[in-house]
Amino acid sequence: MARVVVLGGGVAGHTAATFAADWLGKDHEVVVVTPNSKWNWIPSNIWVGVGQMSKEEVTFELAPVYAKAGITYKQAKAVSLNPEGSTNSDKPFVTIEYTGQGKAGQSEEVTYDYLINATGPKLNFAATPGLGDANGMGEFTVSVCTADHADHAAHEFAKCIEKMKKGERQKFLIGTGHGMCTCQGAAFEYIFNIEHELRKAGVRDMADLQWISNESFLGDFGIGGLHMKRGGYAASSRLFAESLYSERGVKWLIGAHVNKVEKGKVSYELLDGSMGEESFDFAMLIPPFAGVGLKAYDKAGEDITATVFAPNGFMKVDANYNAGAYENWKASDWPRTYQNPTYKNLFAAGIAFAPPHPISKPMTTPNGTQIFPTPPRTGMPSGIIGKAVAHSVCDLIKKGPNAHLHEASMAEMGAACVASAGKGLFDGTAAALTVYPVVPDFEKYPGIGRDLDYTFGEIGLAGHWIKHILHHMFIYKAKLNPGWTLIPE
Amino acid sequence: MNEIEKYVKPYDDNFTTMVPTSFVIKMRTCKIWQLFRFIMINIKMLIVVRKSH
Repeated sequence: MARVVVLGGGVAGHTAATFAADWLGKDHEVVVVTPNSKWNWIPSNIWVGVGQMSKEEVTFELAPVYAKAGITYKQAKAVSLNPEGSTNSDKPFVTIEYTGQGKAGQSEEVTYDYLINATGPKLNFAATPGLGDANGMGEFTVSVCTADHADHAAHEFAKCIEKMKKGERQKFLIGTGHGMCTCQGAAFEYIFNIEHELRKAGVRDMADLQWISNESFLGDFGIGGLHMKRGGYAASSRLFAESLYSERGVKWLIGAHVNKVEKGKVSYELLDGSMGEESFDFAMLIPPFAGVGLKAYDKAGEDITATVFAPNGFMKVDANYNAGAYENWKASDWPRTYQNPTYKNLFAAGIAFAPPHPISKPMTTPNGTQIFPTPPRTGMPSGIIGKAVAHSVCDLIKKGPNAHLHEASMAEMGAACVASAGKGLFDGTAAALTVYPVVPDFEKYPGIGRDLDYTFGEIGLAGHWIKHILHHMFIYKAKLNPGWTLIPE
Repeated sequence: MNEIEKYVKPYDDNFTTMVPTSFVIKMRTCKIWQLFRFIMINIKMLIVVRKSH
């Protein structure tokens, strides 16, 4: 009997664990180690963050789902890896520390035959003074990164609406809280949900909306922007983003590295090296992401973290980490199998794998500050990668070490995104978007890097309906309800 | 007052952007048109999902 340990129960980890359990059956064991007791459909946190959904509607208890799937569930966080075992045993193991199940604080060594690292990111609030510290988010801003954060954001937002109803003007600052953030799309969706709710509440005229982000142009979204066919032209996402911001009366500040957050004020540096400040009454600033800080040790107990993980804490996989300058980047730099090059029974999926380089062009200010989006790994790529990795691990177990590994390069897969503004079925609109491929391939698609036939987007009620369907469909799937394997990632 | 009249100011940031006309905004919430677009977007997304697996 082989044991597959999956670290993390998010989109990638949950997908990998559930498919591995389904394909391996009772002959082998699948273990999930995650510090959370609940699964969270993160895209709908945006609706929680404006009070249109409760956090209970976007989460569910993991334990009964894993019990149904025959998965061993350990509510714990991974602390370190010993991919060579220890002096006492050759069996590789991961050291975990329980966060629940009545064993909080207790440590355990969990041996494995194959390990899938899908820990997701550490929300690195501490990277920006005032945005937070090592313990998490600070007191001056809100976040929608977790269901609890979003719930807190909704309460603060409701207070602002009350103030506006009493005649007090409010300024909303939404965007990224550091020069090296990703997830601009989530902040983009949030600011237009805020705008929509302000209209619904009849207080839009009492609000100033300000966007701040590390994108060098509006509509970059961490993927270097995209082009869509419109009126016979291949039009840049910059045109569409600027159009939407103008239409909704949202001012924008781009190429900004937020370097300090204080009560009611952020300080920032722009790409031209100039410094500035922006005041706010309500601020939702996405933190930068980092790896969760797993350590790795060899058989003798020597620290080999730098061998297994990149400096940002994400796990090294089969990517080309020596591509160098932007001009040298190729689609083929991106990983295909997500297998660790040193330890072949280690895989990473979702946000946990170390990308070879950003997707957006790196930019530096005259002062030497780097300001550019880091690569996003949204739900669809994370799910597809999680499934491909699970497939590889199952084949390695069933067919032996020479089994063919399954591939899922972000330079050969698309992503579908729906950014809503409002939640009602006939109230509000959404931007429905697909991009193919996620990572532009300038050799295959010279000029714009993407296939114009499969990269498109539009705003309307239709996108709204799709967002609702996705919400229910993916929660249905994650609960492993009948037919869940038929629903694509 | 439509969105153009409300938010676009000469030589402001948004003066050089394209802004939807009233017709475009109306079509975004026209239920019949959006039902058609719903079908089309779903077909396109399914093609992208299929190409990605």
